Amino acid sequence: MNKYDIVVIGGGPAGLAAAIEAKKEGVDKILVIERDRELGGILQQCIHNGFGLHVFKEELTGPEYAERFIDELNEMGIEYVLDTMVLEVTDDRYIHCVSSAEGYQIIDAVAIVLAMGCRERTRGAIAIPGYRPAGVFNAGTAQRYINMEGYMVGKKVVILGSGDIGLIMARRMTLEGAKVLAVAELMPFSGGLTRNIVQCLDDYDIPLLLSHTITKIEGVDRVESVTVQKVDEKLKPISGTETVYDCDTLLLSVGLIPENELSRSAGVRIDNITKGPVVNESMETSVEGIFACGNVVHVHDLVDFVTEESRRAGNAAAKYVKKEIVSGLEVMTTQAKDGIVYIVPQEIRLENVGDKLPLLMRVRNVYHNAVLSVKIDGLEVKRMKKRHLAPGEMERIDLPKALLEETIGKCITVEVVEEA
Amino acid sequence: MTKDLVCIVCPVGCRLTIEKDDTVEKGYIITGNSCKRGIDYAIEEMTHPTRMVPTTVKIEGAFLNRLPVRTDKAIDKNLIFEAMEVINQFTAKAPVKMGDLLIGNILGTDVNIIATRSMEKR
Repeated sequence: MNKYDIVVIGGGPAGLAAAIEAKKEGVDKILVIERDRELGGILQQCIHNGFGLHVFKEELTGPEYAERFIDELNEMGIEYVLDTMVLEVTDDRYIHCVSSAEGYQIIDAVAIVLAMGCRERTRGAIAIPGYRPAGVFNAGTAQRYINMEGYMVGKKVVILGSGDIGLIMARRMTLEGAKVLAVAELMPFSGGLTRNIVQCLDDYDIPLLLSHTITKIEGVDRVESVTVQKVDEKLKPISGTETVYDCDTLLLSVGLIPENELSRSAGVRIDNITKGPVVNESMETSVEGIFACGNVVHVHDLVDFVTEESRRAGNAAAKYVKKEIVSGLEVMTTQAKDGIVYIVPQEIRLENVGDKLPLLMRVRNVYHNAVLSVKIDGLEVKRMKKRHLAPGEMERIDLPKALLEETIGKCITVEVVEEA
Repeated sequence: MTKDLVCIVCPVGCRLTIEKDDTVEKGYIITGNSCKRGIDYAIEEMTHPTRMVPTTVKIEGAFLNRLPVRTDKAIDKNLIFEAMEVINQFTAKAPVKMGDLLIGNILGTDVNIIATRSMEKR
Protein backbone atom coordinates (compact mmCIF):
# COMPACT_ATOMS: atom_id res chain seq x y z
CA MET A 1 0.00 0.00 0.00
CA ASN A 2 1.17 3.55 -0.77
CA LYS A 3 1.95 5.64 2.29
CA TYR A 4 2.19 9.42 2.38
CA ASP A 5 2.57 12.00 5.12
CA ILE A 6 -0.01 14.29 3.52
CA VAL A 7 -2.53 13.52 0.80
CA VAL A 8 -4.31 16.54 -0.71
CA ILE A 9 -7.61 15.75 -2.42
CA GLY A 10 -8.16 18.21 -5.27
CA GLY A 11 -5.58 19.98 -7.48
CA GLY A 12 -7.30 23.36 -7.77
CA PRO A 13 -6.09 26.57 -6.13
CA ALA A 14 -6.83 25.29 -2.62
CA GLY A 15 -5.03 21.96 -3.05
CA LEU A 16 -2.03 23.52 -4.80
CA ALA A 17 -1.51 26.17 -2.11
CA ALA A 18 -1.94 23.64 0.71
CA ALA A 19 0.55 21.16 -0.81
CA ILE A 20 3.17 23.84 -1.50
CA GLU A 21 2.88 25.29 1.98
CA ALA A 22 3.11 21.85 3.62
CA LYS A 23 6.29 21.16 1.68
CA LYS A 24 7.74 24.52 2.73
CA GLU A 25 6.97 23.55 6.33
CA GLY A 26 9.30 20.57 5.92
CA VAL A 27 7.05 17.62 5.03
CA ASP A 28 8.39 15.68 2.06
CA LYS A 29 6.02 12.86 1.24
CA ILE A 30 3.04 14.69 -0.21
CA LEU A 31 0.58 13.55 -2.90
CA VAL A 32 -2.02 15.67 -4.70
CA ILE A 33 -4.92 13.71 -6.23
CA GLU A 34 -6.82 15.38 -9.10
CA ARG A 35 -9.79 13.89 -10.97
CA ASP A 36 -9.47 16.14 -14.03
CA ARG A 37 -6.93 15.78 -16.86
CA GLU A 38 -4.76 18.62 -15.54
CA LEU A 39 -4.08 20.66 -12.40
CA GLY A 40 -5.52 24.12 -11.79
CA GLY A 41 -9.16 23.30 -11.15
CA ILE A 42 -11.83 25.76 -12.15
CA LEU A 43 -9.22 28.53 -12.69
CA GLN A 44 -8.43 26.98 -16.08
CA GLN A 45 -11.86 27.97 -17.42
CA CYS A 46 -11.94 31.38 -15.69
CA ILE A 47 -10.06 33.16 -18.47
CA HIS A 48 -11.09 36.65 -17.29
CA ASN A 49 -8.80 38.95 -15.34
CA GLY A 50 -9.18 40.02 -11.71
CA PHE A 51 -7.23 37.28 -9.95
CA GLY A 52 -4.12 37.76 -7.85
CA LEU A 53 -4.50 41.36 -6.67
CA HIS A 54 -3.87 40.32 -3.05
CA VAL A 55 -1.45 37.40 -3.49
CA PHE A 56 0.70 38.71 -6.38
CA LYS A 57 -0.19 42.44 -6.26
CA GLU A 58 -1.03 42.30 -9.96
CA GLU A 59 -4.10 41.46 -11.98
CA LEU A 60 -3.98 38.02 -13.61
CA THR A 61 -6.39 35.76 -15.45
CA GLY A 62 -7.41 32.41 -13.93
CA PRO A 63 -5.05 30.28 -16.05
CA GLU A 64 -2.12 32.60 -15.27
CA TYR A 65 -2.85 32.40 -11.55
CA ALA A 66 -3.04 28.59 -11.76
CA GLU A 67 0.13 28.22 -13.82
CA ARG A 68 2.21 30.12 -11.25
CA PHE A 69 1.18 27.61 -8.57
CA ILE A 70 1.55 24.58 -10.87
CA ASP A 71 5.08 25.72 -11.77
CA GLU A 72 5.95 26.13 -8.09
CA LEU A 73 4.53 22.67 -7.30
CA ASN A 74 6.68 21.15 -10.05
CA GLU A 75 9.80 23.04 -9.01
CA MET A 76 9.37 21.72 -5.48
CA GLY A 77 9.02 18.18 -6.78
CA ILE A 78 5.63 17.55 -5.20
CA GLU A 79 4.02 14.36 -6.49
CA TYR A 80 0.58 14.45 -8.11
CA VAL A 81 -1.74 12.11 -10.01
CA LEU A 82 -4.33 13.13 -12.64
CA ASP A 83 -7.51 11.45 -13.90
CA THR A 84 -7.87 9.87 -10.49
CA MET A 85 -11.18 9.83 -8.65
CA VAL A 86 -11.29 9.49 -4.88
CA LEU A 87 -14.24 7.27 -3.96
CA GLU A 88 -14.01 7.25 -0.20
CA VAL A 89 -12.06 8.75 2.69
CA THR A 90 -12.19 6.91 6.01
CA ASP A 91 -11.92 8.40 9.49
CA ASP A 92 -8.68 6.46 10.08
CA ARG A 93 -7.31 8.27 7.01
CA TYR A 94 -7.28 5.69 4.25
CA ILE A 95 -8.10 7.03 0.79
CA HIS A 96 -9.81 4.77 -1.73
CA CYS A 97 -9.33 5.97 -5.30
CA VAL A 98 -9.58 4.69 -8.85
CA SER A 99 -7.97 5.54 -12.19
CA SER A 100 -7.57 3.93 -15.62
CA ALA A 101 -3.79 3.89 -15.20
CA GLU A 102 -3.53 2.38 -11.71
CA GLY A 103 -6.90 0.75 -11.14
CA TYR A 104 -8.24 0.63 -7.59
CA GLN A 105 -5.86 1.89 -4.93
CA ILE A 106 -5.93 2.39 -1.19
CA ILE A 107 -3.58 5.09 0.07
CA ASP A 108 -2.55 5.53 3.70
CA ALA A 109 -2.06 9.11 4.91
CA VAL A 110 -0.90 10.61 8.20
CA ALA A 111 -2.85 13.78 7.40
CA ILE A 112 -5.42 14.56 4.69
CA VAL A 113 -6.30 17.97 3.24
CA LEU A 114 -9.77 18.12 1.70
CA ALA A 115 -9.70 20.61 -1.19
CA MET A 116 -12.51 19.41 -3.44
CA GLY A 117 -14.04 22.83 -4.08
CA CYS A 118 -17.70 23.34 -4.86
CA ARG A 119 -20.36 22.55 -7.45
CA GLU A 120 -23.02 24.70 -9.07
CA ARG A 121 -26.62 24.54 -8.00
CA THR A 122 -28.72 23.26 -10.88
CA ARG A 123 -32.17 23.85 -12.31
CA GLY A 124 -33.44 21.00 -10.15
CA ALA A 125 -32.28 22.75 -6.97
CA ILE A 126 -34.39 25.83 -7.70
CA ALA A 127 -37.31 24.00 -9.32
CA ILE A 128 -38.14 26.22 -12.32
CA PRO A 129 -41.45 25.05 -13.82
CA GLY A 130 -41.86 24.29 -17.51
CA TYR A 131 -40.46 21.99 -20.16
CA ARG A 132 -37.05 20.35 -19.99
CA PRO A 133 -35.51 21.20 -23.36
CA ALA A 134 -31.85 21.44 -24.35
CA GLY A 135 -30.35 24.88 -23.89
CA VAL A 136 -30.53 25.17 -20.10
CA PHE A 137 -26.97 25.30 -18.79
CA ASN A 138 -25.25 26.08 -15.56
CA ALA A 139 -23.14 29.18 -16.20
CA GLY A 140 -19.94 27.42 -15.18
CA THR A 141 -20.65 24.49 -17.48
CA ALA A 142 -21.22 26.87 -20.38
CA GLN A 143 -17.97 28.61 -19.42
CA ARG A 144 -16.06 25.35 -19.73
CA TYR A 145 -17.66 24.52 -23.11
CA ILE A 146 -16.85 27.95 -24.55
CA ASN A 147 -13.43 28.68 -23.03
CA MET A 148 -11.85 25.21 -23.08
CA GLU A 149 -13.71 22.81 -25.35
CA GLY A 150 -14.54 25.35 -28.03
CA TYR A 151 -18.32 24.95 -28.29
CA MET A 152 -20.67 27.94 -28.37
CA VAL A 153 -23.77 27.17 -26.29
CA GLY A 154 -26.34 29.52 -27.83
CA LYS A 155 -27.17 32.76 -29.63
CA LYS A 156 -30.00 34.46 -27.72
CA VAL A 157 -29.46 34.18 -24.02
CA VAL A 158 -31.20 34.97 -20.74
CA ILE A 159 -29.22 34.59 -17.53
CA LEU A 160 -30.76 33.87 -14.13
CA GLY A 161 -28.62 34.98 -11.20
CA SER A 162 -26.27 37.93 -10.95
CA GLY A 163 -23.43 36.34 -9.03
CA ASP A 164 -20.02 36.91 -10.54
CA ILE A 165 -20.19 33.83 -12.78
CA GLY A 166 -23.47 35.02 -14.29
CA LEU A 167 -22.07 38.51 -14.91
CA ILE A 168 -18.80 37.24 -16.39
CA MET A 169 -20.70 34.89 -18.71
CA ALA A 170 -22.96 37.72 -19.89
CA ARG A 171 -19.86 39.53 -21.20
CA ARG A 172 -18.27 36.35 -22.49
CA MET A 173 -21.35 35.35 -24.54
CA THR A 174 -21.62 38.90 -25.89
CA LEU A 175 -17.96 39.02 -26.99
CA GLU A 176 -18.44 35.70 -28.78
CA GLY A 177 -21.35 37.09 -30.77
CA ALA A 178 -24.40 36.04 -28.76
CA LYS A 179 -27.13 38.46 -27.73
CA VAL A 180 -27.70 38.53 -23.96
CA LEU A 181 -31.24 39.82 -23.48
CA ALA A 182 -31.25 40.23 -19.70
CA VAL A 183 -29.83 39.08 -16.39
CA ALA A 184 -32.59 38.38 -13.86
CA GLU A 185 -31.83 38.42 -10.13
CA LEU A 186 -34.23 37.17 -7.45
CA MET A 187 -32.83 39.42 -4.71
CA PRO A 188 -33.14 43.23 -4.64
CA PHE A 189 -29.33 43.44 -4.98
CA SER A 190 -26.70 41.68 -7.06
CA GLY A 191 -24.52 39.03 -5.50
CA GLY A 192 -21.65 40.05 -7.77
CA LEU A 193 -18.94 42.67 -7.49
CA THR A 194 -19.94 46.18 -8.59
CA ARG A 195 -17.01 46.35 -10.99
CA ASN A 196 -18.39 43.27 -12.75
CA ILE A 197 -21.80 44.88 -13.12
CA VAL A 198 -20.13 47.87 -14.78
CA GLN A 199 -17.63 45.95 -16.94
CA CYS A 200 -19.86 43.02 -17.90
CA LEU A 201 -23.39 44.44 -18.08
CA ASP A 202 -23.35 48.26 -18.34
CA ASP A 203 -20.58 48.24 -20.97
CA TYR A 204 -22.77 46.16 -23.27
CA ASP A 205 -26.15 47.65 -22.30
CA ILE A 206 -27.36 44.36 -20.81
CA PRO A 207 -30.26 45.04 -18.43
CA LEU A 208 -30.03 43.76 -14.83
CA LEU A 209 -33.53 42.96 -13.58
CA LEU A 210 -33.40 42.99 -9.77
CA SER A 211 -36.24 41.29 -7.84
CA HIS A 212 -37.08 39.16 -10.88
CA THR A 213 -37.08 35.42 -11.45
CA ILE A 214 -37.88 32.92 -14.17
CA THR A 215 -41.20 31.22 -13.79
CA LYS A 216 -41.51 29.22 -17.01
CA ILE A 217 -39.33 27.58 -19.64
CA GLU A 218 -40.93 26.86 -23.04
CA GLY A 219 -39.65 24.66 -25.85
CA VAL A 220 -39.75 20.92 -26.46
CA ASP A 221 -36.40 20.08 -28.09
CA ARG A 222 -34.62 23.40 -27.52
CA VAL A 223 -35.42 26.39 -25.34
CA GLU A 224 -37.78 28.71 -27.25
CA SER A 225 -38.64 31.25 -24.58
CA VAL A 226 -38.53 31.94 -20.86
CA THR A 227 -40.95 33.92 -18.74
CA VAL A 228 -39.40 36.50 -16.42
CA GLN A 229 -41.55 37.74 -13.54
CA LYS A 230 -41.15 40.36 -10.81
CA VAL A 231 -41.16 39.12 -7.19
CA ASP A 232 -42.48 40.79 -4.02
CA GLU A 233 -40.58 41.30 -0.71
CA LYS A 234 -41.25 37.67 0.18
CA LEU A 235 -39.68 36.65 -3.15
CA LYS A 236 -43.05 35.44 -4.47
CA PRO A 237 -43.77 36.10 -8.17
CA ILE A 238 -46.28 38.92 -8.70
CA SER A 239 -48.99 37.94 -11.13
CA GLY A 240 -49.46 40.29 -14.09
CA THR A 241 -45.74 41.15 -14.30
CA GLU A 242 -44.81 38.33 -16.70
CA THR A 243 -42.55 39.19 -19.65
CA VAL A 244 -41.75 36.53 -22.25
CA TYR A 245 -38.23 36.56 -23.72
CA ASP A 246 -37.71 34.64 -26.97
CA CYS A 247 -34.34 32.94 -26.56
CA ASP A 248 -32.54 29.67 -27.26
CA THR A 249 -30.45 29.49 -24.11
CA LEU A 250 -30.89 29.95 -20.37
CA LEU A 251 -27.81 30.17 -18.17
CA LEU A 252 -28.19 29.55 -14.44
CA SER A 253 -25.86 31.23 -11.97
CA VAL A 254 -27.81 30.44 -8.85
CA GLY A 255 -25.22 29.58 -6.26
CA LEU A 256 -22.48 27.15 -5.39
CA ILE A 257 -22.50 24.29 -2.91
CA PRO A 258 -19.34 22.88 -1.28
CA GLU A 259 -18.73 19.34 -2.51
CA ASN A 260 -18.56 17.25 0.64
CA GLU A 261 -19.49 13.66 -0.22
CA LEU A 262 -15.99 12.55 0.72
CA SER A 263 -15.99 14.60 3.91
CA ARG A 264 -19.22 12.89 4.94
CA SER A 265 -17.78 9.45 4.18
CA ALA A 266 -15.04 10.23 6.70
CA GLY A 267 -17.59 11.28 9.30
CA VAL A 268 -16.60 14.95 9.18
CA ARG A 269 -19.16 17.21 10.84
CA ILE A 270 -20.78 19.59 8.33
CA ASP A 271 -21.99 23.11 9.16
CA ASN A 272 -25.64 23.57 8.13
CA ILE A 273 -25.05 27.13 6.96
CA THR A 274 -21.72 26.99 5.12
CA LYS A 275 -22.50 23.43 3.90
CA GLY A 276 -18.82 22.75 4.52
CA PRO A 277 -16.88 21.06 7.32
CA VAL A 278 -16.83 22.66 10.75
CA VAL A 279 -13.17 23.68 11.14
CA ASN A 280 -10.95 25.00 13.88
CA GLU A 281 -8.16 27.60 13.93
CA SER A 282 -5.87 25.11 12.12
CA MET A 283 -8.48 24.38 9.40
CA GLU A 284 -8.79 20.91 10.91
CA THR A 285 -12.19 19.24 10.70
CA SER A 286 -13.99 17.35 13.46
CA VAL A 287 -11.96 14.25 12.49
CA GLU A 288 -8.40 14.44 13.78
CA GLY A 289 -5.76 14.72 11.06
CA ILE A 290 -8.28 15.66 8.34
CA PHE A 291 -7.95 19.30 7.30
CA ALA A 292 -10.02 21.27 4.77
CA CYS A 293 -9.64 24.54 2.87
CA GLY A 294 -11.04 26.64 0.06
CA ASN A 295 -14.51 26.36 -1.43
CA VAL A 296 -15.12 22.94 0.14
CA VAL A 297 -15.27 24.75 3.51
CA HIS A 298 -17.21 27.83 2.42
CA VAL A 299 -17.69 29.48 -0.97
CA HIS A 300 -15.20 32.32 -1.47
CA ASP A 301 -15.54 35.18 -3.95
CA LEU A 302 -11.81 35.79 -4.42
CA VAL A 303 -9.30 33.04 -5.20
CA ASP A 304 -6.68 35.08 -3.33
CA PHE A 305 -8.55 34.37 -0.11
CA VAL A 306 -8.74 30.66 -1.01
CA THR A 307 -4.96 30.65 -1.38
CA GLU A 308 -4.43 32.39 1.94
CA GLU A 309 -6.77 30.01 3.78
CA SER A 310 -5.24 26.96 2.08
CA ARG A 311 -1.72 27.98 3.02
CA ARG A 312 -2.85 27.96 6.64
CA ALA A 313 -4.39 24.50 6.17
CA GLY A 314 -1.23 23.15 4.51
CA ASN A 315 0.94 24.65 7.22
CA ALA A 316 -1.22 23.12 9.95
CA ALA A 317 -1.33 19.70 8.26
CA ALA A 318 2.48 19.74 8.19
CA LYS A 319 2.59 20.71 11.85
CA TYR A 320 0.19 17.84 12.58
CA VAL A 321 2.54 15.40 10.84
CA LYS A 322 5.40 16.78 12.93
CA LYS A 323 3.19 16.48 16.04
CA GLU A 324 3.32 20.22 16.68
CA ILE A 325 -0.45 20.72 16.92
CA VAL A 326 -1.79 20.77 20.46
CA SER A 327 -5.17 19.09 20.93
CA GLY A 328 -7.41 18.18 23.85
CA LEU A 329 -7.47 21.78 25.02
CA GLU A 330 -10.27 24.07 25.98
CA VAL A 331 -12.18 25.09 22.84
CA MET A 332 -13.64 28.53 22.18
CA THR A 333 -16.43 28.81 19.62
CA THR A 334 -17.45 31.54 17.18
CA GLN A 335 -21.05 32.55 16.62
CA ALA A 336 -22.66 34.70 13.94
CA LYS A 337 -25.02 37.29 15.45
CA ASP A 338 -27.20 40.04 13.91
CA GLY A 339 -26.47 40.63 10.24
CA ILE A 340 -23.80 37.92 9.96
CA VAL A 341 -24.55 34.66 8.13
CA TYR A 342 -21.59 32.56 9.28
CA ILE A 343 -18.06 32.72 10.68
CA VAL A 344 -15.15 30.43 9.75
CA PRO A 345 -13.47 28.95 11.78
CA GLN A 346 -16.18 27.73 14.10
CA GLU A 347 -13.84 26.49 16.87
CA ILE A 348 -10.63 27.90 18.30
CA ARG A 349 -7.88 26.39 20.44
CA LEU A 350 -5.89 29.42 21.51
CA GLU A 351 -2.60 27.52 21.89
CA ASN A 352 -2.48 26.82 18.13
CA VAL A 353 -3.21 30.40 17.05
CA GLY A 354 -0.25 32.27 15.50
CA ASP A 355 0.17 36.04 15.89
CA LYS A 356 -3.40 36.61 14.89
CA LEU A 357 -6.64 34.73 14.34
CA PRO A 358 -8.37 35.50 11.02
CA LEU A 359 -12.16 35.29 11.10
CA LEU A 360 -13.86 35.03 7.71
CA MET A 361 -17.55 35.83 7.42
CA ARG A 362 -20.41 36.92 5.22
CA VAL A 363 -23.03 39.57 5.98
CA ARG A 364 -26.74 38.99 5.42
CA ASN A 365 -27.62 42.25 3.63
CA VAL A 366 -26.23 45.34 1.97
CA TYR A 367 -25.25 47.92 4.63
CA HIS A 368 -23.80 51.42 4.34
CA ASN A 369 -21.83 53.05 7.16
CA ALA A 370 -22.17 50.16 9.57
CA VAL A 371 -19.92 48.73 12.26
CA LEU A 372 -18.71 45.16 12.66
CA SER A 373 -18.64 44.54 16.40
CA VAL A 374 -16.62 41.64 17.84
CA LYS A 375 -17.50 40.47 21.34
CA ILE A 376 -16.07 37.83 23.63
CA ASP A 377 -18.72 36.51 26.03
CA GLY A 378 -20.77 39.65 25.39
CA LEU A 379 -17.93 42.11 25.98
CA GLU A 380 -16.93 44.18 22.95
CA VAL A 381 -13.24 43.75 22.10
CA LYS A 382 -13.08 45.22 18.61
CA ARG A 383 -15.10 47.59 16.38
CA MET A 384 -14.53 48.05 12.68
CA LYS A 385 -16.24 50.87 10.77
CA LYS A 386 -17.35 49.76 7.31
CA ARG A 387 -18.54 52.16 4.64
CA HIS A 388 -19.90 49.31 2.58
CA LEU A 389 -20.90 45.73 3.40
CA ALA A 390 -22.51 43.31 0.94
CA PRO A 391 -23.31 39.57 0.96
CA GLY A 392 -21.23 39.16 -2.22
CA GLU A 393 -18.05 40.38 -0.53
CA MET A 394 -16.51 38.25 2.20
CA GLU A 395 -15.36 40.14 5.28
CA ARG A 396 -12.24 39.35 7.26
CA ILE A 397 -11.38 40.39 10.81
CA ASP A 398 -7.97 39.60 12.30
CA LEU A 399 -7.94 39.26 16.08
CA PRO A 400 -4.46 39.62 17.62
CA LYS A 401 -3.54 36.64 19.80
CA ALA A 402 -2.70 39.02 22.66
CA LEU A 403 -6.27 40.30 22.60
CA LEU A 404 -7.64 36.76 22.87
CA GLU A 405 -5.27 35.93 25.73
CA GLU A 406 -6.18 38.93 27.83
CA THR A 407 -9.93 38.52 27.31
CA ILE A 408 -10.56 35.04 28.60
CA GLY A 409 -13.89 33.72 27.33
CA LYS A 410 -15.77 30.89 25.68
CA CYS A 411 -17.56 32.45 22.72
CA ILE A 412 -16.52 35.00 20.10
CA THR A 413 -19.44 36.71 18.36
CA VAL A 414 -19.60 39.17 15.48
CA GLU A 415 -22.57 41.39 14.63
CA VAL A 416 -23.43 44.24 12.29
CA VAL A 417 -24.46 47.45 14.05
CA GLU A 418 -26.18 49.93 11.77
CA GLU A 419 -25.64 53.61 12.46
CA ALA A 420 -28.77 55.50 13.45
CA MET B 1 -23.34 67.49 -20.04
CA THR B 2 -23.70 65.40 -16.88
CA LYS B 3 -23.12 61.68 -16.57
CA ASP B 4 -23.62 59.20 -13.73
CA LEU B 5 -20.97 56.52 -13.24
CA VAL B 6 -20.21 53.78 -10.74
CA CYS B 7 -16.53 53.85 -9.81
CA ILE B 8 -14.87 50.45 -10.33
CA VAL B 9 -11.47 51.24 -8.82
CA CYS B 10 -12.26 49.45 -5.54
CA PRO B 11 -15.18 47.44 -4.10
CA VAL B 12 -16.84 50.46 -2.43
CA GLY B 13 -18.47 51.35 -5.76
CA CYS B 14 -19.03 55.08 -5.27
CA ARG B 15 -21.78 56.57 -7.39
CA LEU B 16 -20.11 59.43 -9.23
CA THR B 17 -21.54 62.34 -11.15
CA ILE B 18 -19.27 64.02 -13.67
CA GLU B 19 -19.98 67.31 -15.34
CA LYS B 20 -18.02 69.16 -18.06
CA ASP B 21 -16.82 72.52 -16.79
CA ASP B 22 -14.03 74.32 -18.64
CA THR B 23 -13.61 76.89 -15.89
CA VAL B 24 -11.89 74.34 -13.58
CA GLU B 25 -8.35 73.01 -14.04
CA LYS B 26 -9.21 69.43 -14.99
CA GLY B 27 -12.11 70.39 -17.21
CA TYR B 28 -14.65 68.36 -15.19
CA ILE B 29 -16.43 68.61 -11.86
CA ILE B 30 -16.83 65.24 -10.13
CA THR B 31 -19.04 64.61 -7.12
CA GLY B 32 -19.91 61.48 -5.12
CA ASN B 33 -16.33 60.17 -4.94
CA SER B 34 -14.85 59.23 -1.55
CA CYS B 35 -11.22 59.37 -2.66
CA LYS B 36 -9.14 61.05 -5.34
CA ARG B 37 -8.82 57.88 -7.42
CA GLY B 38 -12.49 58.36 -8.26
CA ILE B 39 -11.66 61.66 -9.97
CA ASP B 40 -9.03 60.07 -12.24
CA TYR B 41 -11.33 57.16 -13.04
CA ALA B 42 -14.24 59.43 -13.96
CA ILE B 43 -12.13 61.65 -16.22
CA GLU B 44 -10.59 58.67 -17.99
CA GLU B 45 -14.01 57.09 -18.36
CA MET B 46 -15.29 60.30 -20.02
CA THR B 47 -12.29 61.03 -22.24
CA HIS B 48 -10.77 57.67 -23.13
CA PRO B 49 -12.47 54.61 -21.61
CA THR B 50 -10.35 51.45 -21.88
CA ARG B 51 -10.85 47.80 -20.90
CA MET B 52 -8.79 44.64 -20.60
CA VAL B 53 -10.10 42.01 -23.03
CA PRO B 54 -9.69 38.36 -22.02
CA THR B 55 -10.86 35.83 -24.62
CA THR B 56 -9.72 32.68 -26.44
CA VAL B 57 -8.24 31.73 -29.82
CA LYS B 58 -8.32 28.48 -31.75
CA ILE B 59 -5.33 26.23 -31.14
CA GLU B 60 -4.08 23.32 -33.23
CA GLY B 61 -2.12 20.33 -32.00
CA ALA B 62 -2.97 20.77 -28.31
CA PHE B 63 -5.16 18.65 -26.04
CA LEU B 64 -7.74 21.46 -25.91
CA ASN B 65 -9.45 23.32 -28.77
CA ARG B 66 -9.12 26.80 -27.29
CA LEU B 67 -6.20 28.74 -25.89
CA PRO B 68 -6.97 31.57 -23.42
CA VAL B 69 -5.48 34.97 -24.36
CA ARG B 70 -5.74 38.58 -23.24
CA THR B 71 -4.72 42.08 -24.22
CA ASP B 72 -1.40 42.93 -22.55
CA LYS B 73 -2.84 46.32 -21.58
CA ALA B 74 -6.26 47.91 -21.61
CA ILE B 75 -7.60 48.68 -25.08
CA ASP B 76 -9.88 51.50 -26.23
CA LYS B 77 -13.38 50.40 -25.28
CA ASN B 78 -14.74 51.30 -28.73
CA LEU B 79 -12.31 48.90 -30.39
CA ILE B 80 -13.33 45.77 -28.43
CA PHE B 81 -15.58 44.20 -31.07
CA GLU B 82 -13.22 45.05 -33.93
CA ALA B 83 -10.38 43.48 -31.94
CA MET B 84 -12.50 40.36 -31.35
CA GLU B 85 -12.87 39.95 -35.14
CA VAL B 86 -9.09 39.98 -35.58
CA ILE B 87 -8.57 37.63 -32.63
CA ASN B 88 -11.15 35.19 -33.99
CA GLN B 89 -9.27 34.91 -37.30
CA PHE B 90 -6.11 33.78 -35.50
CA THR B 91 -5.08 30.17 -34.94
CA ALA B 92 -2.30 29.31 -32.49
CA LYS B 93 -0.13 26.20 -32.85
CA ALA B 94 1.01 24.11 -29.91
CA PRO B 95 3.34 24.27 -28.06
CA VAL B 96 2.60 27.69 -26.56
CA LYS B 97 4.13 29.26 -23.43
CA MET B 98 2.27 31.55 -21.08
CA GLY B 99 3.05 35.15 -22.08
CA ASP B 100 3.85 34.31 -25.73
CA LEU B 101 3.01 37.19 -28.06
CA LEU B 102 0.38 35.99 -30.54
CA ILE B 103 -0.88 39.15 -32.27
CA GLY B 104 1.25 42.30 -32.15
CA ASN B 105 -0.13 45.87 -32.28
CA ILE B 106 -3.71 44.84 -32.86
CA LEU B 107 -5.64 47.31 -35.07
CA GLY B 108 -2.60 49.54 -35.17
CA THR B 109 -2.69 50.22 -31.43
CA ASP B 110 0.18 49.53 -29.02
CA VAL B 111 -1.84 46.65 -27.55
CA ASN B 112 -0.68 43.05 -28.06
CA ILE B 113 -2.55 39.77 -27.64
CA ILE B 114 -0.68 37.31 -25.40
CA ALA B 115 -1.28 33.70 -24.33
CA THR B 116 -2.42 33.32 -20.70
CA ARG B 117 -1.40 29.71 -20.28
CA SER B 118 1.11 27.22 -21.61
CA MET B 119 -0.15 24.36 -23.74
CA GLU B 120 2.02 21.47 -24.81
CA LYS B 121 1.90 19.62 -28.10
CA ARG B 122 -0.47 16.68 -27.95
